Amino acid sequence: MIQLAIDLAFVLEKAILIGGIISVSLLVAMYSTWAERKVAGFMQDRLGPNRAGPFGLFQPLADGLKLFMKEEIIPNASNKFLFILGPGLAMMTAMMTSAVIPWGKQIEIFGRTVDLQIADINIGILYIFAVLSMGVYGIMIGGWASNNKFSLLAALRGASQMISYELAMGLSIIALLMLTGSLSLKTIVELQSASGGWWNIVYQPLGFLIFIVCAFAECNRTPFDLPEAENELNFGYHQEYSSMKLGFYLFAEYINMFMSSVLMATLYFGGYDIPFVNDASLIESMGMNMVAVLQGLSLFLKAAFFIFVFMWVRWTIPRFRYDQLMHLGWKVMIPLALINMLITAIVVLVRENGWPF
Amino acid sequence: MNITEILFWLLTAVALGGALLVVTSKNPVYSVLALIATFFALSGHYILLNAQFLAVVNLIVYAGAIMVLFLFVIMLMNLNTETEPQKNKWLKLAGTIAGGCFLLVLVAALRDADSKSTMALVGSGDTGLIQNLGKALFNEYVIPFEISSVLFLSAMVGAVVLGKK
Repeated sequence: MIQLAIDLAFVLEKAILIGGIISVSLLVAMYSTWAERKVAGFMQDRLGPNRAGPFGLFQPLADGLKLFMKEEIIPNASNKFLFILGPGLAMMTAMMTSAVIPWGKQIEIFGRTVDLQIADINIGILYIFAVLSMGVYGIMIGGWASNNKFSLLAALRGASQMISYELAMGLSIIALLMLTGSLSLKTIVELQSASGGWWNIVYQPLGFLIFIVCAFAECNRTPFDLPEAENELNFGYHQEYSSMKLGFYLFAEYINMFMSSVLMATLYFGGYDIPFVNDASLIESMGMNMVAVLQGLSLFLKAAFFIFVFMWVRWTIPRFRYDQLMHLGWKVMIPLALINMLITAIVVLVRENGWPF
Repeated sequence: MNITEILFWLLTAVALGGALLVVTSKNPVYSVLALIATFFALSGHYILLNAQFLAVVNLIVYAGAIMVLFLFVIMLMNLNTETEPQKNKWLKLAGTIAGGCFLLVLVAALRDADSKSTMALVGSGDTGLIQNLGKALFNEYVIPFEISSVLFLSAMVGAVVLGKK
């Protein structure tokens, strides 16, 4: 007889949390597509979608319905298993990042104190990097399995771009870790929201700049959207895809965008910290649950701002040429990140041990 | 059987099955994907041993970076069963014998090893946690660690020199 000692309440709590976070991310991604078209319309002096519902708010639903209803085509010469695996992997890796992000402090339900974080592992940032490096496979497998030269070229471009910018991103994070001394995202946020603590952007402006540029490259967004450069590669790695499989690829991009926005807010802008407010005294006056809601809202507002920056850049800056992209990644970003790391290391050492000379 | 044991057997099955698929599958892309699955299973084992840092670095370095390069090469060469040169039958036999000999040597070497009698600490050892690992690396093993970093530095300089040409 197998006896499993499973804490049912714990499993239930985590399951509800995971379900909630996934549905919220999907909802945000859905409305990012709407917001992107609205922002594009605003930047180009147009109206954007305004037919479906008030302000075109039902447009994402209409788009989703359209994608579901489209005919599903799997090319004859493609590798069927990998062709289906590709978009699935892209979607899965996009969602997995959310597991270690703290969305708020704590809430109290039925006498249980629940952390608003799926898993507080002490290697939080490394976990995110592991998931990021898995994200390459969705693109590569999809592009290769389509058995199409353009798709393959786009997949290779995407993969090499993501690998190149991952290095600079990792180096910029190392400088941040030297300051915080912890890889756990929860601790990083708590250090920033402690009374007297400043947001990390104050200490790491250059690091943040490198991080945001690399995040753009990781998400394959303009000015780094070489994998889907229409004028060179038709439609990029998802050229052969149709119906919801194409939808998955497009959707994964928006989820990635949301996740990196949340990550930027968490690492550099205090996470769920409410600015100019002492959270501890707020909890006493308003109660834990209310503050958690406000904290979540604060995180979402910060993330929404970064999503807007993503869109702002997309509709104002033209695309890089491929050699320029590689040049920027390897010869500008990585040396800059190394210098940033060195300066931070020196400052941390001097602050801990005093000036030795 | 508790949860740890169930996970152990599950991960073992995935690791062994993946490793078998690596050598038996006809399509090299499938081989690479099976190898990635194997790495995932190994990382799971590391987590069971509470070596979180090793687990995640295994994923980042091997599954994330090195296997992408493998996949790159295989995809660009477009290897498949039709274009694969048929190897000699005797060559295959020789390969099998060589592999078997290697297995024999490994088993013989591990049979008398000291670590055989020490049980693995499942889920309780804390050497694998990143803080302890960092302290061990920078105190006891600082010289080998720094020497290996010199190796990486020289590789980096070499890559830059090649890139400048």
